[in-house]
Amino acid sequence: MKYKEEMKFAFKVSIPVLMGYCILGFAFGLLMVSMKYDIIIPIIMSIFIYAGALQFLAIGFFSAKLALFDIFIASLFVNIRQAFYGLSVLDKFKDSKNLKPYLIFALTDETYGLITSIKENKNINHKYYYFFLSLFNQFYWVTGTILGAIFASYISFDTNGLEFSLTALFVVLAIEQYKVNKNYIPFLIGAISSILAIVFLPIANMLIASIIISLVFLFIFKKRVINE
Amino acid sequence: MNNSEIYIAIAVMAIANLITRALPFLFFHKKEQPKYMKFISDNFPAMIMIILIFYTLAKVDFANAPYGLKELIAISITALLHIKLNNYLISIFIGTLSYMVLVQYI
Repeated sequence: MKYKEEMKFAFKVSIPVLMGYCILGFAFGLLMVSMKYDIIIPIIMSIFIYAGALQFLAIGFFSAKLALFDIFIASLFVNIRQAFYGLSVLDKFKDSKNLKPYLIFALTDETYGLITSIKENKNINHKYYYFFLSLFNQFYWVTGTILGAIFASYISFDTNGLEFSLTALFVVLAIEQYKVNKNYIPFLIGAISSILAIVFLPIANMLIASIIISLVFLFIFKKRVINE
Repeated sequence: MNNSEIYIAIAVMAIANLITRALPFLFFHKKEQPKYMKFISDNFPAMIMIILIFYTLAKVDFANAPYGLKELIAISITALLHIKLNNYLISIFIGTLSYMVLVQYI
């Protein structure tokens, strides 16, 4: 088979993501189907959106009947960090030609992490290595979702409180952020902006309002943020 | 939302998500990014994670018993586990399980 070496290497590199994506994907499928959404909906989301945090947040968007424009803006802001990932792989993806659209589509936090931090084997074709790595990772995510969705449609149990998995995910990601950016001010700005938005605005506008407030604060306190 | 509204919303999210991933490939061909972009990219992720924690808790009633105590306990468990063990699957799994126990049995 052509590109067998690339496939083997990509699989080896993807193993740490296998567990994580299967389990989180499983939780996502389980949560959606246990909330009485059609079994196909979480699966379609994992194939076409393929962004963990946004997919979990979407459940809230659906139940709050958020307007499409608000969904669009909220999705942009929630995932805008990914735009900064792209900047650092521009060079790596330069010669990937027909595979490039999929590589860009599938550039999740974890795939980006692997592509930028794993030392590459010089004897393999890089664009196919990136391709298989991206494909395997999405395969784990979709498989987890399908298994979770099927599981929930056969076995019913009390899922009250399962939605906390999303809060827990963001707590973990915030701690991971602190390891990268050991500056407490942006965290404080995030907290103050959220509290202001919750106290003074209806819940439906809270997400976008807190993002705007936080960006304003970030630039007002720019000097303090940089000097800290 | 009904199913057709949900499918449209999914399409909107898929497009928005793809835009965030494709943006640098469409606009930045140079390696150097503008200074203000670097400032935002350094600090925005921290802000948005905290905002998203609050967003997921926006419906919690902090004014009446149990004053959001269950959420605070579950968040503390999640955070402590993550700082101690540094394994995100364990932190999320145990954190969620403890919250489910708190809301279902207490």
